[in-house]
Amino acid sequence: MALSKVRSLALLGLVGHIVDVEVDISDGLPGYTLLGLPDAALSESRERVRSALVNSGLPWPNKKVTISLSPAWLPKSGSHFDLPIALGLLAAQGVISSEFPESLITMGELGLDGTLRFVRGVLPTLISALNFGATSAIVPTENFQEASAVPGLQIRSFTYLSEVVHFFQSGEVPMQEHVQPADSPTHTLDLTDVVGQIAARRALEISAIGGHHLLLIGPPGTGKTMLAERIPTILPALTAQESLEVSAIHSVAGTLTSRGVLTRIPPFVAPHHTTTTTAMVGGGSHAVKPGAVSLAHAGVLFIDEAPECANGVLDSLRQPLESGSVTISRAVGTVTYPASFLLVLAANPCPCGKFNGRGRACTCSSLQIRNYLKKLSGPLLDRIDIRAFVEAPTRVEMAAAAAGESSEFVKRRVNDAREIAAARFKDERWRINSQIPSSELRARYKAERDGMTLLHNELDSERLSARGFHKVLRVAWSIADAAGHSRPTKNDVEQAIVMREGTFL
Amino acid sequence: MRNQTLGAAGEDAVFHYLQSRGYTVLDRNWRIKAGELDLVAISPEKKITFIEVKSRSSRKFGDPLEAISAQKAHRLQKLALAWLVVHGYWGSDYHIDCAGVIFTNEGRYEIDYRKGVL
Repeated sequence: MALSKVRSLALLGLVGHIVDVEVDISDGLPGYTLLGLPDAALSESRERVRSALVNSGLPWPNKKVTISLSPAWLPKSGSHFDLPIALGLLAAQGVISSEFPESLITMGELGLDGTLRFVRGVLPTLISALNFGATSAIVPTENFQEASAVPGLQIRSFTYLSEVVHFFQSGEVPMQEHVQPADSPTHTLDLTDVVGQIAARRALEISAIGGHHLLLIGPPGTGKTMLAERIPTILPALTAQESLEVSAIHSVAGTLTSRGVLTRIPPFVAPHHTTTTTAMVGGGSHAVKPGAVSLAHAGVLFIDEAPECANGVLDSLRQPLESGSVTISRAVGTVTYPASFLLVLAANPCPCGKFNGRGRACTCSSLQIRNYLKKLSGPLLDRIDIRAFVEAPTRVEMAAAAAGESSEFVKRRVNDAREIAAARFKDERWRINSQIPSSELRARYKAERDGMTLLHNELDSERLSARGFHKVLRVAWSIADAAGHSRPTKNDVEQAIVMREGTFL
Repeated sequence: MRNQTLGAAGEDAVFHYLQSRGYTVLDRNWRIKAGELDLVAISPEKKITFIEVKSRSSRKFGDPLEAISAQKAHRLQKLALAWLVVHGYWGSDYHIDCAGVIFTNEGRYEIDYRKGVL
């Protein structure tokens, strides 16, 4: 029978759906029909598959070919269906057996010369495949490392289509020299590079301890970007689960190779301030791609020159900031990506950037200065826990022989403080201070009595919003953890208020 | 072989092929303004059959039958109906078959005959 069925998956967000590639070859004029809502890249598969078969010395049927990607209602995108289509065509022609086990998943793009090429999204696809009872998978060699990160799946990787065909005919797997996974990339940056900045360093450390969002304000060239880039070096390493999540997101975005599979280093994503809302939160019409907020999941999202961002871009961060995930609806479906990140904004103090100290060098009018930071909307600023003013280092600091503390040193303190928090939260749903729910803050995670009095006064005098009240308390917990206090003292709360307000604003 | 003689040789080949399989050929190269029908025959099952012949001297430029585009198939349908009307068979059942002929060296050829393709 000139009919065959090969199993693959279509990815919608990070969730894979089983897709059966059915190939039927019937008599009639030569023709090729691809059914099942393919996108442009998938429709082009005809030409790639044809050339790949012919150039691999394999037969192309000069008959009426009908290919159905089932379920028909699910929109499908991407070039990874090339391999299952080619195998289906060969099986329908009797070149290989048409008995494909349903537990075998195949994916890969075909080059015109019959090579198997790298495809995106292999990691989340295969994780989903496990849930559907898959036991083995065939992937391009370039995806081997990524695919073998999925536990409990037998991975076979091939470089050429002809090798895959040979495997189906004889069961032989070609000898492969698998590139040994390169050692996890290490940090090249270090906090020792930063001169002075005692207050900003402190803000970074507290931010890293509790996962508190941060706003850095300072004139150009004082080291805002330098500081922000070094935050991942003091954050604790990702857990295995986080690392898998982050790798899955980067696999879909196609940035996994440069990042490294299952890297434990928290991601650092710095979109330019001209970025669009779609690039920030994710989107796209055919395949809903993860945006910067998801690429920064479990890491740092740094936006330099934040007030220069287009209207709406910064405010689009509000929902993921609250929920830790982002849900995008498009014609192809609704997709949810994780987006739990540490937000770091950087801004100049005024349009000319020279408002510093008493502001003598600044050429801006007072109105300009007020309007400038107004572009950061109130609701967004309310979600920022820590504001730090970054000033130009003094001559004394520049000349100081002693380098600042190293990232390793600071990270050890951060880890210690996080361990204290983790021990305190061992029976809770959350792990870090920034995630303590408001109700719990008021009930079980209060500061000491005089600290609470101070907070209530701030609330009464409307210097703090209700959200601000809770945020200050969360930061106070991080300060307490850093100082080894079992509960935030009045002093810890005071520090937290100062950090929230920013000494400058 | 020149293209015209190639086409004629192909049609001859298919003519003999049909006769050897019990077809009665009614018409050859029936031409009107809208185009030409290569062969019209009565099949052994007594059905009127229109046959489009495509000839090639090698497979280098693809299968001969790939040259039949959707547009060409549509024209064949119209020509077939025209033939039925002109010859007083309007309303009879009919088939359209295609034959691809590939000439190898020294006058040998292969015929790829496909029934009822349109």
